Amino acid sequence: MTTMRYDVTLRIGYDYTSPTDRARNLLRVLPRDIPGVQVIGDWSLTLGPHPSEQRHFTDFFGNVVTSAVWHGRIDEVRITLNVQAERLSVTPLLALATPLSRLSQELAVVRDISADSPLHFTAASRRAPLDRTMTAFARDRLAPGMSVLDAVRAIGTAIYEEMTYSSDATHVDTEAAEAFAKRAGVCQDFSHIMIACLRGVGIPAAYVSGFLRTLPPPGKEKLVGVDAMHAWVRAWVGPETGWIEFDPTNNQTAGTDYITIGYGRDYDDVAPVRGAMRGAGKQTSEQSVDVVVLDG
Amino acid sequence: MDKRTKSAASSPLLTGYRPSPGVADELFDRAGEMRPVWTPFIRALSNLSEEELRAKFERGRQYLRDAGVYFRQYSGDPLNEREWPLSNIPVLLHETEWNEICRGLAQRANLLESVMADLYGPGRLLTGGHLPPRLITENSHWKRPMVGVQPRGGHYLHFLAFEIGRSPDGSWFVLGDRTQAPSGAGFALENRMAMRRVFPEDYPRAYTHRLVGFFESFRSTLEDLATANRSEAHQFGLLTPGRANDAFFEHLYISRYLGMLLLEGEDIVVQNGQAMVRTIEGPVPLGLLWRRIDSNFADPLELSPDSQIGVPGLVDAVRSGNLAMVNALGSGVLETRALMAFLPRISRVLTGEALAMPNIATWWCGDDAARAYVRENVDRMMIAPALALDLPFDSNSETVRGAEPEIVDLLDHPAPDLVGQETVALSTTPAWHDTPEGSRLTPCPMTVRVFAARTAEGWEFMQGGYARIGPDGDASALAMQRGGSVADVQIISDLPVPDVAGRRPGPDPSGQRRVRTESAALPARAADNLFWLGRYVVRFEEAARLLRAYHLRLAITDAPEDRLLRMISEFLKPVGIEATQAIPVGLRNRLFSAHNCASKVRDRFSQDGWIALNDLVKTVGQMTGSATPGDDAARAMSVLLRKTAGFSGVVTENMYRYYGWRFLSIGRALERIDALAAVLETFADPAAPDGALDVALEVADATMAHRRRYALGTTRDTVVDLLAHDTGNPRSVLYQLREMQRLAEDLPGATLSARPSALVRELLPVRTRLEVDQPEDVGTDIMREIRRAIARMSDRLADAHLR
Repeated sequence: MTTMRYDVTLRIGYDYTSPTDRARNLLRVLPRDIPGVQVIGDWSLTLGPHPSEQRHFTDFFGNVVTSAVWHGRIDEVRITLNVQAERLSVTPLLALATPLSRLSQELAVVRDISADSPLHFTAASRRAPLDRTMTAFARDRLAPGMSVLDAVRAIGTAIYEEMTYSSDATHVDTEAAEAFAKRAGVCQDFSHIMIACLRGVGIPAAYVSGFLRTLPPPGKEKLVGVDAMHAWVRAWVGPETGWIEFDPTNNQTAGTDYITIGYGRDYDDVAPVRGAMRGAGKQTSEQSVDVVVLDG
Repeated sequence: MDKRTKSAASSPLLTGYRPSPGVADELFDRAGEMRPVWTPFIRALSNLSEEELRAKFERGRQYLRDAGVYFRQYSGDPLNEREWPLSNIPVLLHETEWNEICRGLAQRANLLESVMADLYGPGRLLTGGHLPPRLITENSHWKRPMVGVQPRGGHYLHFLAFEIGRSPDGSWFVLGDRTQAPSGAGFALENRMAMRRVFPEDYPRAYTHRLVGFFESFRSTLEDLATANRSEAHQFGLLTPGRANDAFFEHLYISRYLGMLLLEGEDIVVQNGQAMVRTIEGPVPLGLLWRRIDSNFADPLELSPDSQIGVPGLVDAVRSGNLAMVNALGSGVLETRALMAFLPRISRVLTGEALAMPNIATWWCGDDAARAYVRENVDRMMIAPALALDLPFDSNSETVRGAEPEIVDLLDHPAPDLVGQETVALSTTPAWHDTPEGSRLTPCPMTVRVFAARTAEGWEFMQGGYARIGPDGDASALAMQRGGSVADVQIISDLPVPDVAGRRPGPDPSGQRRVRTESAALPARAADNLFWLGRYVVRFEEAARLLRAYHLRLAITDAPEDRLLRMISEFLKPVGIEATQAIPVGLRNRLFSAHNCASKVRDRFSQDGWIALNDLVKTVGQMTGSATPGDDAARAMSVLLRKTAGFSGVVTENMYRYYGWRFLSIGRALERIDALAAVLETFADPAAPDGALDVALEVADATMAHRRRYALGTTRDTVVDLLAHDTGNPRSVLYQLREMQRLAEDLPGATLSARPSALVRELLPVRTRLEVDQPEDVGTDIMREIRRAIARMSDRLADAHLR
């Protein structure tokens, strides 16, 4: 694979049925620079109506956060992001595979607590709680002597095969266990299920939010989840290899077709929009994504 | 001295007072001698008859009831309250022993500050192998957004509590640290106030260290933190989860006592990185929050997204360095049970010193050697989740006895999720118990909560505390899970302690302190609740008057189909009141709404008014189900109207004329005008049946006034004149409009510009119209217009002051 360059356009809109006063949003939509993996070029992010305050900061996990505050009343928000991103081809993994049976000892000696440390991703989290059913499902995919890397792939593939992609089965607040019981959901559900499965068998797992290229390379099928923001999974497979990324919705390693926005323990940490509004009304939202390959 | 000790020790009250072998006792030392601090007290007790004692105890209970101190547990019903379980006997400790305790705990407080600074800073304890990283990285109380954030003022911890107990050898140890948002200091104060009423005698009162100095120091610390190095005035407040919280009473009490704002999440907005209190004059800067809500709930944007009680953007305000937080967000991580296994070693690593006061022996079962030890000694262990935050004796604690078979099995494998703690025997202290053989003192286990506040001079300790008293019989900490009572801990000096009675840490009316004017900081939410309190009470009253008119007539005619009766019931039906019921649900709901509003502003609302309102609620409750339609219901309404007048009297006569009172009064006036206009629109309609005008007069309580003024009889014009135009009648539309204008012109912002405020601009046309028009010109259309203007006035008021 070679380096891929993309032009990404994201549009998100919220309409409030009654005006909301002093709305406040945290956006995690801007892809981050990842040394050796991803380089971010020119970008623009516009919000309408124009916020009273807008600034950017970096969160604990190194994701770029945009804070937008409106001091008055608004009845809609329109977010438009345009960004050029370069995804570098990564050297294939070396075969220094850690056996799954040794992973807990490896983790026990980790003292690193920086953002990339696997220790942040071992515990159950609100959107990916441990669940007996999912843990048992994951355990059934394991074989004696398996490497962590193979275990991650086996579990990811099993979820892909077991689950049906359906945008009607779940909504943004559906719990992972419920989506798993239905055996249906969208990329967010696939990812939370895989995270819960991996953590259930002791593998540190993170949630990745980002984009997929809209049109496939010539001769390949269009991927699932291209028309909206996408999510996949990051798993820690041992001290030598570190993190790998797997997309259970498309049953493949996340490579140069993917653009990463950010990492978190689950959706809560990287939700594209976290908002607070004052007012009695409800909100409706829409989203569109276009990822165009440049000089492809 | 010996003889006196003996005489105290031989008191009949102590018959059968036998501390269990192997535990320490507060009353008797290890040699079986009564400790000298207790002697004069026990002797005095012994000289009283049981009747005298009971009368004294009752004084304390009466005080607590009057002060509204109650005990509340989370349950479906937010008003589920029961009597405060104060033990009648204080715990007496000598100041020498107390000072020793405080020295040890000051060291511990500094250690906790260092641990906090490390966990939210470089993390060397984790990378250096002094604390297993997973105890932190898997801990939901370690808040990642706070990592690297410097606390304003330089310190993370400002107010701490320590739960301590006395070991069998007489020394003290720490059972748990409370670092998140420690409660109990306000209850300690109330316990003290009650005890002073029970035992006003010279001993121990005059020899007991006062609590007030501690609060004074803490208050000035808070004020300094809020206001230091600022270019403009900053408020400070206590952030409460609200009145459904089990410690809400304490939040209310302590904010009043310290003269600080009592705030809920809704009261605060964050703009440009600055936290602001929403007040009736718009947002004003907030410099400090003493938070009594868990960090997880503090900000739905950056902390737990499902929080309903937080402030969106609060983390941003802290990160910007503009808001001081007591204690820093994320401080709850220090309460982690497993941390106690490592603190003794961490103390040596960070400070080079051993802990002056040990904590309860704790083993983290993620370490194989520790696990093996716990497994071997499981019979004298309590087992709990490693990341548990509660205290072993909390009633809902997850702590269990180690000897349970399923627990033993867990310990056969690596168990990083568990800790073992030594099952400790606590000391016992005398409590007053009624036994079949009579009332006497019984030894009961206790723990003491000690409060520490950071001041400019270092940690200052409350000179006294709050003891939990367990049931007698079992002195293990686990037995305390079964509940019990609380006691006032009194620190006794050898000499009388100088009296500081009457001193309060709040703003000094003499002006020596900077006095914040109420106006500058009336939260918009409080004003909103007072406004609606005023409206609901009048709505309740107006409905009660109509219902009385209905049932009086029903009692005479017994004909609900009568035209006039139908007119009343159809008038009430659209507002949800079924006139045929004796005490209609819709009527009760109006009162409950009023009570609900009042309960949200108890910090700014007359105590007597609150009592009067509670009495009304109680009375309505008693009447419901017993009252019958007709004469009985009419009488019931008269009782309710009298009681409502009592409430209104307190409000108009006693409440301080601050802005909050104006909002309440505007609410009352608005609702009066609306009710009068509605009644005139219907009952003074030319097409209304005979007797309708009398109903209108009755509802306005103007029958007598009318008789005196218009000897010739009741006509539509005389009624409209009296109820709409007459400026001498407080129950006339015009009188109330003028009253409201006066109130509105006193609101902030109303006098700044030359133009009348939006609220007054809505009011003026209807006022002018009534002043110019004659009663015969005032038709039902004008009444409708007045009601529409009232609705607009309410909106204008909300836009200008309640946003």
